[in-house]
Amino acid sequence: MNETNRRNERYNEYVKSVTPSTSTLKSLLNSFWIGGLTCLIGQIIFDLYKWIFPQLDATNITNFTSMTLISVAILFTGLGFYDVIARRGGAGSFLPITGFANAISSASLEFKTEGLIFGTSVKMFSVVGPVVVNGIFWSTVAGIIHLIISGLML
Amino acid sequence: MNVKTLHKGNNCDFLFKDKMPEFLSKHEYTRQTIFFNNPPSIVGKMAVGGCKEGDGPVGKYLDKVHCEDKIGEKTFEKAEIDMLTEAATGAIKSSGIKKEDVDLFIAGDLLNQITSSSYVARDLGIPYAGIYSACSTMSEGLALASMMLNAGYFDNILCATVSHFATAERQYRYPLEYGCQRPPYAQWTVTGAGATLLSRGGNGPKITGATFGKVVDWGTNDLNNMGASMAPAAMSSLIAMFNDTGTEPDDFDLILTGDLGKLGSDILRKLMSEAGYPLGQNYIDCGNMVYGIDQKCYQGGSGCGCSATVVNSYVLDKVISGEYKKVAYFATGALMSAQSCYQGETIPCISHGVIIEA
Amino acid sequence: MLENLLTYLIVFASGGLFCVIAQLLIIKTKLTPARILVIFLLSGIFLQAIGVYEPIYSVLKAGISVPIIGFGAALAKGAITYAHQFGFVGAFAGGLIQTAFGVGVAVVASFLVTLIFSPKSK
Repeated sequence: MNETNRRNERYNEYVKSVTPSTSTLKSLLNSFWIGGLTCLIGQIIFDLYKWIFPQLDATNITNFTSMTLISVAILFTGLGFYDVIARRGGAGSFLPITGFANAISSASLEFKTEGLIFGTSVKMFSVVGPVVVNGIFWSTVAGIIHLIISGLML
Repeated sequence: MNVKTLHKGNNCDFLFKDKMPEFLSKHEYTRQTIFFNNPPSIVGKMAVGGCKEGDGPVGKYLDKVHCEDKIGEKTFEKAEIDMLTEAATGAIKSSGIKKEDVDLFIAGDLLNQITSSSYVARDLGIPYAGIYSACSTMSEGLALASMMLNAGYFDNILCATVSHFATAERQYRYPLEYGCQRPPYAQWTVTGAGATLLSRGGNGPKITGATFGKVVDWGTNDLNNMGASMAPAAMSSLIAMFNDTGTEPDDFDLILTGDLGKLGSDILRKLMSEAGYPLGQNYIDCGNMVYGIDQKCYQGGSGCGCSATVVNSYVLDKVISGEYKKVAYFATGALMSAQSCYQGETIPCISHGVIIEA
Repeated sequence: MLENLLTYLIVFASGGLFCVIAQLLIIKTKLTPARILVIFLLSGIFLQAIGVYEPIYSVLKAGISVPIIGFGAALAKGAITYAHQFGFVGAFAGGLIQTAFGVGVAVVASFLVTLIFSPKSK
């Protein structure tokens, strides 16, 4: 067994040494400008809404901004060019909220063939599930801890 | 019985080094390889590919190229079934044998419960044996069919396999429209189907031997780096075949592996030369040749359609035209599922091979 | 005007920088995108919980709120405010209430898009 493990280890090391890695600088640069641009567009939309609807407060405008970004990303996914951008952008296109939208809509599109109930509805969160579940769980924990600490302070 | 005792132990290589002994050439098997005394011939073949494969280096050898991904169907799975049906019926037609005379249909694909093959078998109306060996399904099918034909149980057996980029992507990776970056060592599942009709009589290239592989796992667990996982399996089966037949790599006009891709075939070359069987110019890999460098398919093609289309178009054409006299076709398959990898298992791989002679 | 330009520059640079960190994680550690998303999400929740998200946001603006960190921060903000408002049970509802706009539109728009379009093989 030991012999096998040693061979496997050696082989894995060898494979690692010959496997080409992503060209670091180029992919970092791509994710930088695509990610940066997405955020910049978000800020521009935010400022635009603030200018059009001066009576609204910042929270609502933030919500509208992310709604707009999400809708546009989903439309791009449907038209089939979000993944073309993403192949270039890498983290630059999955880290912003648009990547979240793309993950939901791509899964929902993919499983359309099994029907709207058993396909789309069941599998919609198959890719983005970890984010939603962990987000809800840990934010609840954060809320409870906050409550306990503030209770202790009193 | 005598033969078997002779083969105990590993230091009896001298038996085969010079020439294959007379008794071995008939209906015998050594450790992993079978030799056929009544070798079946390949009488019909057909290869169907997608658009990307049609643009590739072997594109001009394909019998049919579909540029529409769904071939007018509602789902990619239906398109896959259509392609396999087309390849299967085309292979029967090209042989001139009547459909009723085909005794058995051996097929497999990459989808869960090999549904595509089973649905095709439903419509073909030929007795059916479904097999699964991931990307080495085609060579496993050819090996099994050759054994059955050699034994005389059947007269004509149709072997076929199919894979589709969109259906494999959904099953093993992410949704199609999901924006994810593939690492540069990833491979691209071939959209294509290949079918071969083997016959007990008839003219055509003969399958003279078959090697069944062992499951080899050298502890790699990267789902994207299939070539590196499968190279040891290919090495294991190739060495078994060279040992059993007493041949060297140079004795073959062409040594063909399934879908190791560029990286995997480089690793295989290195492994084989370390094992004492350096592969020369006569070694090529189907995954490496199915796409051109400019097609941005990373390390090349994968999937069971990969070697099936290349073998049933380019390779067999060259064998029939006489350019290649002796071909060793060793397709490799990775026998994992998406779940087994998430559960921390490493990737078990296998390689089955057949020897095709003109 | 100059101030606006400076804001945009900061947004672009900081947003890009977060993505570069994520990309570095992919290349160097072979973590899958899903895990990286969760890591950034949790860091957003953490920043909000210890109360430093708001000051950072006032400087980086969309540079931190558009990446998934902002989503995490919004979840945590909701959970914390509702916990203070309604007590213990509020923590369970707050996160979802705060992010309901985004998640709601994502689900509805995805469903609508699914009715119209189909995925394409590349």
